[in-house]
Amino acid sequence: MAERAPPLIVGAGPAGIRAAMTLVAAGLRPIVIDEGYACGGQIYRQPLSPDGRDAQARYGSEAAKATRLQRDFAALGAQVDYRPNTLLWNLRDASADSLRDGVSQRILHDGLILATGATDRVLPLPGWTLPGVFTLGGAQIALKAQGCAIGKRVVFAGSGPLLYLVAWQYMKAGVEVAAVLDAAPLSAKLHLLRALPLAPDIVLRGLRMAAELALHGTQVQLGVSGLRIEGEGRVARIVYQTGGRRHAIACDGIGYGLNLRSETQAADLAGCAFRFDPRDRAHLPVRDSSGRSSVAGVYLAGDGARIAGADAAELAGERAALALLEDRGLPHAPARAASLERRLVRIGRLRDALEAAFPFPAHWGADIADDTLLCRCEDISAGDARRAIGHFSLTDVNRLKAVTRIGMGRCQGRMCGAAAAELLAAQTGRDIGAVGRLRAQAPIKPIPLAMSLSVDERQHDPAH
Amino acid sequence: MTRRIDCDVAIIGGGLVGSSSALALRGMGFTVTLLDKGFCGAQASGVNYGGVRRQGRPPEQLSLSQRSHAIWPRLQQLIGIDGEFLRSGHLKLARSAADLASLEQYAADVAPFGLDLELVGHNQLSERFGIGGDVVGGSFCPGDGHANPRLVATAFAAAARRAGAEVLENTKVLGATRLSGGFALEAEGLGVTARIVINSAGAWADSFASVFGEPVPLERTYPSMIVTEPLDPFLGVNIGIEGGGIYARQVTRGNVVVGGERAAPLDDPDYSRPRSDGVLTIMQRASELFGPLRHAQAIRFWSGTEATMPDRNPVIGPSATTPGLFHAFGFSGAGFQIAPGVGEVLAELVRDGETSTPIAPFAITRFSPASQPGDASQAAMTTGSKETSP
Repeated sequence: MAERAPPLIVGAGPAGIRAAMTLVAAGLRPIVIDEGYACGGQIYRQPLSPDGRDAQARYGSEAAKATRLQRDFAALGAQVDYRPNTLLWNLRDASADSLRDGVSQRILHDGLILATGATDRVLPLPGWTLPGVFTLGGAQIALKAQGCAIGKRVVFAGSGPLLYLVAWQYMKAGVEVAAVLDAAPLSAKLHLLRALPLAPDIVLRGLRMAAELALHGTQVQLGVSGLRIEGEGRVARIVYQTGGRRHAIACDGIGYGLNLRSETQAADLAGCAFRFDPRDRAHLPVRDSSGRSSVAGVYLAGDGARIAGADAAELAGERAALALLEDRGLPHAPARAASLERRLVRIGRLRDALEAAFPFPAHWGADIADDTLLCRCEDISAGDARRAIGHFSLTDVNRLKAVTRIGMGRCQGRMCGAAAAELLAAQTGRDIGAVGRLRAQAPIKPIPLAMSLSVDERQHDPAH
Repeated sequence: MTRRIDCDVAIIGGGLVGSSSALALRGMGFTVTLLDKGFCGAQASGVNYGGVRRQGRPPEQLSLSQRSHAIWPRLQQLIGIDGEFLRSGHLKLARSAADLASLEQYAADVAPFGLDLELVGHNQLSERFGIGGDVVGGSFCPGDGHANPRLVATAFAAAARRAGAEVLENTKVLGATRLSGGFALEAEGLGVTARIVINSAGAWADSFASVFGEPVPLERTYPSMIVTEPLDPFLGVNIGIEGGGIYARQVTRGNVVVGGERAAPLDDPDYSRPRSDGVLTIMQRASELFGPLRHAQAIRFWSGTEATMPDRNPVIGPSATTPGLFHAFGFSGAGFQIAPGVGEVLAELVRDGETSTPIAPFAITRFSPASQPGDASQAAMTTGSKETSP
């Protein structure tokens, strides 16, 4: 009897770790590849080297969860084929191409769980590429994993629960947080009342953070717009509007982000069907309540499939692994699966309320000034994009990419794709869901031309 | 509700051939409807390598190629953008004495066409062009170059639209029928009647040809391309290699485009994607041939769907079965440079019934010598299926 290839899990964050544990418990030995140098994902990212801080100092209220997750994964030991520092650069059928230490290796797998996580979503602002401007997630990782701050006097701006969390973490770390500039108006925050009965601890913790920031002298502004970052060669101040009045705050570091965006290129290369998701304002891979995608043997879990946060990711990772076991004809704990799905539905309702309380400022797309850099990899301004849309009568974001190079550079649209779609939709008067989505192309991230090939790669039948 | 359009010429396929025909025909005063199942210039015309090259073409293509050669420097006037066309020269390298001899033979064969080919020895290659590695010599064509394929066909279609052509994208032609005085084309919610039809449907052209009784041995091929991050300029010429295997150019922005090997179609054969082992081979070869690529990163791969004929020559000219029908497809991976000239030729054929450029070698009848012009008035078709040609 031919031995089946092992399942492959992409990502060692909360979803990937719980998926791996579930498969190991069923007697399988999955391969886990992860770009990170240590497990935990971005949310529970570990330090590069011991820095004297304990988990409480590093992860705050989430310390217990982080510690448990990291410990559980470490306890799997050799029961998983864990490959850190490993980039997935292509996927096709039952084969994945990975890159580690300059060596490309093909991984043949049977069952694929994609737990690829999320990154910050941004819309370009005047000055957003000045040194000293970070994404909210980037600012948090600097503090969490490297023990350093993005500035001495910092401002956090944008939208999303992360906005207040990162600001509060910086304050606790002793950094002067001059302001929190929230794009959402006060009226949006009423949605927190909807979230309160679903997760009182989370909502109250968030409100307490905002209150502590204010008490600490941080200016908390709701309903800001017209953000502009100024400075000669680096950040010197941030300018914004509230109620038609302009304000400026001096600072030397800015953390900025507008909620999160799912990392979906792997699902795209795997052939998964996509559908526009109005809440996340993004095309997302289709999955059922178990995490099964439209492609047999491909499962989706965590923020890479739809933004739901770390707690949901743990549940979804386990649930997707149970689906894989079921499809493989192994014991798959149906009662446990049903319970996981119920909890995921509950978190989903909470997330809907949170997203409504921190809405994406959709009108910003129309307001991006023509001289603002839209695609920083290829150096394309918003005005360049608008001229191309008019000149070629464009209605589709892939055509916009084709004629302007927006989204064709190093980031492959991961940073600028959302902004390009918003701008195209605004200019053509279309719904954001009707301008298409950037089709993913390999490599998922840049790879060296002069890669070495692993032994089994060299021996691989070229007819494949 | 079905929209009705009546026009002189309906063009099926908005690639570079169809779009440049549309523009040329508008210039002659014909009413034109250009139909594309997707977006104009989004298939082979838009995702090819971007070589604007006469060198290496078989002699029978060179009159047509020279006609196109005169159009490329005029793109700015013609379509409003230069398409990033660079007259960089095209350098074809030889890896062996035998390959060099074959370049010499080619130069002699095509001397009457005035390509001004210059044979370059090994030392000259590194001194003039910075080419190292395992090459013995090359042949340089100074008037050739390269351009941005994503822009050119799209801009031809946009220029045709501005010139008054009806350009209908996302409009798949589902049926084509010969009527007494012309043709009827059907698309979803649309009926087009036209006196003349041009079949420039690229890799999808065979289905339209066969419904009018002219089956062709068209095969789909999928070139495979990689592009690097922007690098300091080091490659001033468009590079090819005798015998094939790899081709490369560096765009003004600094990115290096390298092609070679074949991609594979996806489940939907309208789309394809480079294969991992193919791109690994190209990347390896490129980093061996060009020193600056040894430390460069590849940022993107791409592929496209091209129509290839068994003799590597296109089909261009009137249908042998159906008066008023013209074909132009099957450019076999070498259509980009030649297509704007084909657009002019097709417009002449529509207006005059003949063209000043020799196109006899591209007659569709070469694939069916026994076929006779017949009454195709009953011809009708449905092209809803996704089957590929044999």
